Amino acid sequence: MYHNEMKIEFPSKSQNEAFARVVVAAFASQLDPTIEELSDVKTAVSEAVTNAIIHGYENSSGTVTIKCSIDGNKLTVEVIDFGKGIEDVELARQPLYTSRPELERSGMGFTVMETFMDTLEVESQIGKGTRVIMTKSFKSV
Amino acid sequence: MLLKFSKRGNTLIVSMCGELDHHSAENVRAKIDNKIDEFGIKNLIFDFSDVNFMDSSGIGVVIGRYKKITEYGGRVGIVSLKPNIKRVFELGGLFKIIKEYKNIEEAIESF
Repeated sequence: MYHNEMKIEFPSKSQNEAFARVVVAAFASQLDPTIEELSDVKTAVSEAVTNAIIHGYENSSGTVTIKCSIDGNKLTVEVIDFGKGIEDVELARQPLYTSRPELERSGMGFTVMETFMDTLEVESQIGKGTRVIMTKSFKSV
Repeated sequence: MLLKFSKRGNTLIVSMCGELDHHSAENVRAKIDNKIDEFGIKNLIFDFSDVNFMDSSGIGVVIGRYKKITEYGGRVGIVSLKPNIKRVFELGGLFKIIKEYKNIEEAIESF
């Protein structure tokens, strides 16, 4: 089975949200995705990286790591931060839930990731950080 | 993200160009709120013709302005959504409170 992988690290600056989603989309493009599939991946990555910056590091400086792999026609994307962690992952995943209502956030981040990717796993430890693992299989290969 | 503002009667039209994410949202929010106050307008139209990417940060931007405008009895419309952006709004249940119009003229006529 075909295998490929990549890893990037960048500081938790909001300017890097666009950088991160474009890099992952470029890596995924070797699977000949449709425009819709590619835009799903970009949106999901943007949500995960935004969460790491706003909630993981609460806008202080830290490092966001993205690991991507391709196995056959399946893309796996891991977005990792070493920030404060999520107290209640179940609650955080609820649509419309936001821990920071004062920021005018919609609370739809995890719902978007869940809807636009095939699978979503969230591993988090208080004080250690959060790892979001998403997969998506591409139809066109 | 580049914003262009125009005014038709008591309606402010915001034409956005680029990508609407958490990074650009803060600036977009502040600029639109400034124009609403400066022009003293009643209604607001978001023109998404040149927006190629939007994540859930965009839902917050639109709903925040909706609250501000409807507080004074105004109306809000959205025009020209690309399919990927429409799906994010659908997921957020935005169309339950804000209508999408085919174009600016249709939105203004319905206000």
